[in-house]
Amino acid sequence: MDFHTVPTSWYLILSALLFSLGVIGFLIKRSLITVFMSIELMLNAVNLSFVTFAHEWHAVKGQIFVFFVMMVAAAEAAVGLAIIIAIFRARATLNVDQIDLMKL
Amino acid sequence: MNSHLHLWLIPALPFAGFLMNGMLGRRLPKALVSTVALGFPLASFLVVVRAAFIFLSLKPQPIPWLITYAPWINAGPLHVDFSLALDQLSLVMLLIITGVGFLIHIYSVGYMAHEDGYWRYFSYLNLFLFFMTVLVLAENYLLMFVGWEGVGLASYLLIGFYFDRKSAADAGRKAFVVNRIGDFGFLLGMFLLLSQFGSLSFFHIGSGLAANPALQGGILTAISLCLLLGAVGKSAQIPLYIWLPDAMEGPTPVSALIHAATMVTAGVYMIARTHTIFDRSPFALAVVAIIGAATAFFAATVALVQTDIKRVLAYSTISQLGYMFLGCGVAAYSAAIFHLMTHAFFKALLFLAAGSVIHGLGGEQDLRKMGGLRKHLPVTFWTMTAGVVAIAGIWPLAGFFSKDAILYEAFQHGALGKSLYFVGLVTALLTSFYMFRLWYLTFMGESRATNHDHPPHESPWSMLTPLVILAALSICGGWIGIERFGDFLSPVVGPVLDPAQQSGGKSLDIALSAIAVVVALIGWYVARLFYNTKNDRPAKLATSASGVYTLLSHKYWIDEIYSNAIVKPLTLASRYILGWIGEGLIIRGSAWLLAGIATLLGELVRRWQSGNLRSYSGWLAAGAAALLLFAVVGVVLGIGGVDLRMVWAGH
Repeated sequence: MDFHTVPTSWYLILSALLFSLGVIGFLIKRSLITVFMSIELMLNAVNLSFVTFAHEWHAVKGQIFVFFVMMVAAAEAAVGLAIIIAIFRARATLNVDQIDLMKL
Repeated sequence: MNSHLHLWLIPALPFAGFLMNGMLGRRLPKALVSTVALGFPLASFLVVVRAAFIFLSLKPQPIPWLITYAPWINAGPLHVDFSLALDQLSLVMLLIITGVGFLIHIYSVGYMAHEDGYWRYFSYLNLFLFFMTVLVLAENYLLMFVGWEGVGLASYLLIGFYFDRKSAADAGRKAFVVNRIGDFGFLLGMFLLLSQFGSLSFFHIGSGLAANPALQGGILTAISLCLLLGAVGKSAQIPLYIWLPDAMEGPTPVSALIHAATMVTAGVYMIARTHTIFDRSPFALAVVAIIGAATAFFAATVALVQTDIKRVLAYSTISQLGYMFLGCGVAAYSAAIFHLMTHAFFKALLFLAAGSVIHGLGGEQDLRKMGGLRKHLPVTFWTMTAGVVAIAGIWPLAGFFSKDAILYEAFQHGALGKSLYFVGLVTALLTSFYMFRLWYLTFMGESRATNHDHPPHESPWSMLTPLVILAALSICGGWIGIERFGDFLSPVVGPVLDPAQQSGGKSLDIALSAIAVVVALIGWYVARLFYNTKNDRPAKLATSASGVYTLLSHKYWIDEIYSNAIVKPLTLASRYILGWIGEGLIIRGSAWLLAGIATLLGELVRRWQSGNLRSYSGWLAAGAAALLLFAVVGVVLGIGGVDLRMVWAGH
């Protein structure tokens, strides 16, 4: 065991913790903005595990995936924020419990 | 190689007429409808005549002329083809069907001129000709069955032509249902034939029978009786005759064509066509003969007291068909077909003349309101006279020769035949009586019309021309003689008895003929006594034998008996047993059960679709957690999955 480096499993535990925080935030928060931020948190947790495995196995594919995820996340943020603004203009609220027009 | 006979054209031409009038007739002008309706049957008739000339000029050719157009059913050992056959029997039938059929088409143009649904009428009539020619041209039972069912359909459509009248619609339905009972027998017969011979072709079954001369009775009796049930249904014999009197609800030319001249003789044709099977079963033949003689007598007695001109003719038709069955039953097939031919002439004539009378009186059918029409309808009078004398069997008109041939052959057919001969003779007396009764009531004496809005008028020449032609045929049609006719048919149905070689010789033949004519003249004389001038003899006889009179005028209550014994129990059973248990409990119950399950499940599942974002995401997270759990549990139980311990081990 090399004491100068952080073990791989620590990175993965951190990634799992971040992902769980994202999930919990997604489930319990009522503000649409916070829910949106939770999604970003989950994406970045996944990015962390990609990078960890890329380093572990000296494979560059994981790094490339991270760039893809970042790019998609950026695009998603742009579209998502636009939708959020549109919803706020229409309904004057961002409480997800009140945005329930999708039911029958 | 025989394709130059163009047999397929014979049914195809009327079918083309049916399609044109049926699809476009509503929009076409009346003249064009008539042209189409007459042109195609005429063309078909000409093809038949041409085929007849070719056929007769090539006499030494082996028969039948068999043409297979296409395979139809090829399923394992079962092979059925679209094949047509022409032999002497089908040639005679075709000439009758297309010839008399065409005459009746001409007549219909005049008769139906003022009716709604003119185009519909003619398209049905052409459809009928199509199916009827298929029936007689078919070379196997299945194709024959197609024609058999098809003529039933056409008959149904034409009986119910005035479908806005309930009695007509009911009569059509009755005819169809009663015919279905017979068809059931025909179908069973076909199944038995298939199991016995492995084929439905007339030719193959005939050769199968010829190769196995020891095959007698047994299965052949069963087949014969099944086929006989079919024939009895189609040809209106006891016990399935009840539909024919009601079929008079249709237009009169239809009664002439379908319910007198052609379709109802299909049963006789079928027995003659399959006579090799019947010949092997004396029991079945005896049944045919007894049914025939019983029907002939029974229907003739009912005809004595009917007051509707068409009903008299309807019962007369049943009676004459009984004669044909009697002929078949004593194995005198050519005599039966001979009578079929002459009957087609004089009965078509009688119906058309009756139609002319009805037309001339503005729709009156009641004999009690006719009388004295001789002067007003001279052509109808004279032609109908020819028909009446012909059916009465008075020499030298057509009916005499054919009826005499049947009676003679019955007389030569053992003890059963002799007793049936006497039934036939009494029937001849009754026939002569009721026909002359009709004749006197219609044309002689004083007019008894109660409705004077329509002074009687003679029909147009489009109606009278067919009458004249048919009258000529009714007079001359028998002169060909049973000997020559039988010789012509003998390759198909076997030879006729030669009187010179029978016990009694030629003199017995002449004696029987003389008796028949005397009997017919007695019938005429009695009818003259009763109906020539207005007198109280019929009323006196009716009161003195009131029981018999009531029995006859109610047609032996057969309709009522059938209604109470069969129809009502069936209706009640279908209403209560099938209706409550079958439909109410099983069908409706299961439908409600299924619908209830679906509704209940929907109520449960729709709660998931809350529209709430967090509930959806909760299910999503729960699903992801469940997948993860599944992976871990899989590894723990050793049935696959993702081993997460690998990660902890630092790999």
